[in-house]
Amino acid sequence: MSASVPALEIINLKKFFGGLPATQDVNLQVMPGERRLIIGPNGAGKTTLFNQITGDFLPTSGQIKLFGTDITRLKPHERAHMGLSRTYQIITLFAKDTLVHNVTLGLLGLSPARWNLFKPLGHYQEMEVEARRVLGLVGLGSMADRLVSEIAYGQKRRVEIAMAMAQKPKLLLLDEPLAGLSAEERTTIKELIAAIPKETTLVMIEHDMDTALDLAETVTLLHYGKVIVDGQRDAVIADEKTREVYLGH
Amino acid sequence: MKRISGFLFLALLCVFPLFAGDFYINLVSQILIAAIFAMSLNLLVGYGGLTSLGHASFLGFAAYASAWSTTHMGLGVGTSAVISVLATMVMAGLFGMIALRATGLGFLMITLALSQVLWGLAYRWVAVTNGDNGMSGLARPSPFGISLDSGANYYWFTLVVFVIAYWLMAIFVASAFGSALRGTRDQARRMSALGHDVWMIRWITFIYAGFWGAVSGLLYVYYTKYIHPSSLSITASAEGLLSVIAGGSGTLGGPVVGAALLIILKNYASAYVERWNMLLGFVFLFIVLVLPEGIVPGLKRIFSRRQGGQS
Amino acid sequence: MQFWIIQGLNSLALGGLLFLLASGFSLIFGLMRIANLTHGAFFMLGAYLGANAIRSIDGVNLWTAAAGTGLLVAAAGGLLERLVLRQLSTNPLGQVLVTLGMSFIIADACLMIWGGDPIPVPTPADLRKPLLMFGFAFPTYRVAVVGCAIVAAIALYGLLERTRIGAMIRAGVDDMDMARAIGIPVSALFTAVFCLGAGIAGAGGVLGGPIMSAYPGLDADMLPLALIVVILGGVGSLLGAFVGSFIIGFIYTFGIALLPDLAYVILFLPMIVVIAFRPQGLFGRIGA
Repeated sequence: MSASVPALEIINLKKFFGGLPATQDVNLQVMPGERRLIIGPNGAGKTTLFNQITGDFLPTSGQIKLFGTDITRLKPHERAHMGLSRTYQIITLFAKDTLVHNVTLGLLGLSPARWNLFKPLGHYQEMEVEARRVLGLVGLGSMADRLVSEIAYGQKRRVEIAMAMAQKPKLLLLDEPLAGLSAEERTTIKELIAAIPKETTLVMIEHDMDTALDLAETVTLLHYGKVIVDGQRDAVIADEKTREVYLGH
Repeated sequence: MKRISGFLFLALLCVFPLFAGDFYINLVSQILIAAIFAMSLNLLVGYGGLTSLGHASFLGFAAYASAWSTTHMGLGVGTSAVISVLATMVMAGLFGMIALRATGLGFLMITLALSQVLWGLAYRWVAVTNGDNGMSGLARPSPFGISLDSGANYYWFTLVVFVIAYWLMAIFVASAFGSALRGTRDQARRMSALGHDVWMIRWITFIYAGFWGAVSGLLYVYYTKYIHPSSLSITASAEGLLSVIAGGSGTLGGPVVGAALLIILKNYASAYVERWNMLLGFVFLFIVLVLPEGIVPGLKRIFSRRQGGQS
Repeated sequence: MQFWIIQGLNSLALGGLLFLLASGFSLIFGLMRIANLTHGAFFMLGAYLGANAIRSIDGVNLWTAAAGTGLLVAAAGGLLERLVLRQLSTNPLGQVLVTLGMSFIIADACLMIWGGDPIPVPTPADLRKPLLMFGFAFPTYRVAVVGCAIVAAIALYGLLERTRIGAMIRAGVDDMDMARAIGIPVSALFTAVFCLGAGIAGAGGVLGGPIMSAYPGLDADMLPLALIVVILGGVGSLLGAFVGSFIIGFIYTFGIALLPDLAYVILFLPMIVVIAFRPQGLFGRIGA
C-alpha cells in the first residue's frame, strides 16, 4: 500500500511573479525510488518549480505533498527535516570553510546539536567522521581539509552533491548537477548520481540530455511553466510535442 | 605561544592597579566596559552578518532600568541588576522580531530607527528618565560585602566580568550553534535548505547580544553612577560599531582592540580638542577607506605572510 | 475645535517637511542601494545656511535662500557621491558607515561655526498674518509649507513619470543590471539623483527654519522620522514617501500634543504593523 503514496505530488500549482505566470497548473507525481528528469528550454520554469518544492517561494495557489503530507505552507528548513534535500545550479557553498565543514553543516542541520550553544562543532566526532566518509564517496576524501575557495569548479559540484547526500534525503532535487562541467567530469558526476541508493527518490533538472537521459526513468517536459509531456522516458522522447519544443515549430 | 601571551597579558591586567595611577585604572575600566559592549555587537555584525546601528539601546535600556528600579522602586542593586538584564532581553526579543524581518541595509535602518525612538523616549519621558538632566545619585553594588567605590576595586570587578564575558562569548562562537550562525551569515538560503532555522538562529543571537549589551550597560552605569539619554544616541551605537569594524569584525580580539583604541582616543583627544564627534566622523572615514578589514585581521595577514615566507 | 485644526495643520506642515527629506532618501536608496545617513545632516546644513543667508545678506528672502541653499547642498552631496561613495560601490556597508561619519562631521562643523543656540529663521513678512477661513485663523506659513511639499511632490512625480531621465531612474530602481545593459548612463544618473536628493533636503531645511529653527541636533531629530517614513512607505517609492510622511506627521504631532511623554513610542506602532504585515512597506516593491 505504502508504495502507492507518491514521494512527491504536485497538484494544480500556480505561481505568478507580478502578472507573469511562471508556473501554470502543474500536476506531477513522482513515485518512491523513481528517477525523474525535468527538461525544458530556458525560462520554462524548472528552477522556479524547484524553489516552490523547497519552500523558497510560496506558490500563488495549488498544493505540494511530500510522501502524502501537505507541505505547501511549510518553511524550507521544516521541509528539510521531512527528508527533502537539494543542490543548486549556481554553486552555493561556504567558500571560506573546509570541505568537511561544509558537509558537516549539512549534517548539523538535521541534528539537535545545532542548538548547542556550548559544545564546539569540532567535538561532534560522529558528524565529522560521517562527513569525511561522504566526501570519500564523491572522491574528495583526500581534500576534506582544503577550503572550498581553493578547489576546482568540478570539485565544487561534487561537494554540492556530497552535502545533500550526507543528509540521506528521501527526496533529492538536483538542479543542473552537470552545468559547466567537462565531458570527463560529467561522466564522474553521472556515476555518482547513478550510485545514489534507491531509498532516495531523485528529481533532476538537466540540459545535457545525452548524459541525463541515461539516468532518468521518467521525464517531464516543461514549457512556459506548463507540463507539456510527462511519462516514461522513451515515450516522452518520441513524443511529437517534445520535438516541437526542442526542434522548433 | 598564543595562549601563554594571553595569560601573561591577563596577569598584567590583574596587577595593573598595584602600580598604575587612578587615571589609568579608570581608563582601563572604561576600555573593558566598552570592550564587552563591542564584543556583544560583534556577535551580530561579525558572526551573524547583521549590522546593527542600534546596539546602544541595550546598554542604555539596562542602565536606565537599573537606575530607575533602584531609585524609584527601592530595589537592591543585585535584584535590580537581574531584573534589568531580563527586561533588556525581553526588549531585545521584541526588537529582534521587528528588525529581523529584514537583513542588510533594511536591518540597519530598522535597528537605527528603533534605537532613536528609545533615545527620544529617554529625552521626553521626564517623569521616568528625568529627561535631559539624566539620573544621578546611583550606587555601585558591593558583592560579598566588598565595596567597589574605589577605582581599583571597581576595576577588578569589571575585569572579572570582562574575563567571564570573553570566555563565554568565545565558547558561543565556537559552538555548534556558532558554526550555524556563521553559516547563516555566508549562505542564509543554503542554511535553511539544509534544515537550519535561519530566523531563529538570528533571533537567539540578537537576544544573546542584548544580554551582553545589558551587562555592559550595568557596568557602565555603576562606573559613572549617572545615566543620560546620550548613552542611547546614534553616536553611542556608532562608537560600538566603529570599535568592531576598526578592530576587525568576526574576530574575538578585534572589538577589544577597537574599543581600547576608541576609548584612548576619546580620552586623550578630548584634552586637546572639543570636537569629538568630528574626530569620530573622520575616524569612520579613515577606517572604511583605508583599513576596511580592521586592525586585527590586517596585522594577522601581515604576520602570517611573514611566517609563510620563513617556512 | 481650533486645537484640532491647528494641530492638524501642524501635522500637515511636518508631513510636508518630512516628505522633502524622505523622498530624496528613498530615491537614493531605491536607485543606489545606499542608506544615506548624511541626509539628516543635509537638512540641518540647509537650515543653518538658509538662516544665515537671510539674516546677513541683503535682499535674500526665504524663497531665494531655499533655492540657493538647495543648490549648495546638492553640490555638497554630489561631491560626497563622486569623491567618496563612488570608491565603495562594491561595499554597501562601507557606504553607510561613510555617510554616518559624514553626518557626524557636518553636525559638528555646524556646532563649531554657529554655536549651540538655536538660530531662528524669520517668517516671510507677507506670510505672518494668519489666514482667516471659515471663521478660523490658520498660520499662513504652514499652509505655504504644505503647498511647497505638494508642489515638490508633483514636480518629482512629473520628473519620474513624464521625462526621459525619470524613465531611466525608474528602470534603474526596478533592475539595475538591465538598466546598465540597455545603455543607461548609470554613473551620471547616480550623481544626479544624489544631488537631487541632497538638494531637496537642504531646501527643506530652509523651509523648515521658520517652524523649527536651526539648532544642533536637528539632524538627529529628523533622520529617524525620515527613516520611519521610508520603512513605512517602502524604499524607492515616491507615493510611499508622500503617504508615509503625512502619516508620521500626524502621529508625531498629535502624539506630542496629547501624550508628550510617549510621542516616540507611538511612532513604533505604525512601523511595527507595517513591518509585521508588509515588510516591503506600504507602496514598496523591493524588500528593504
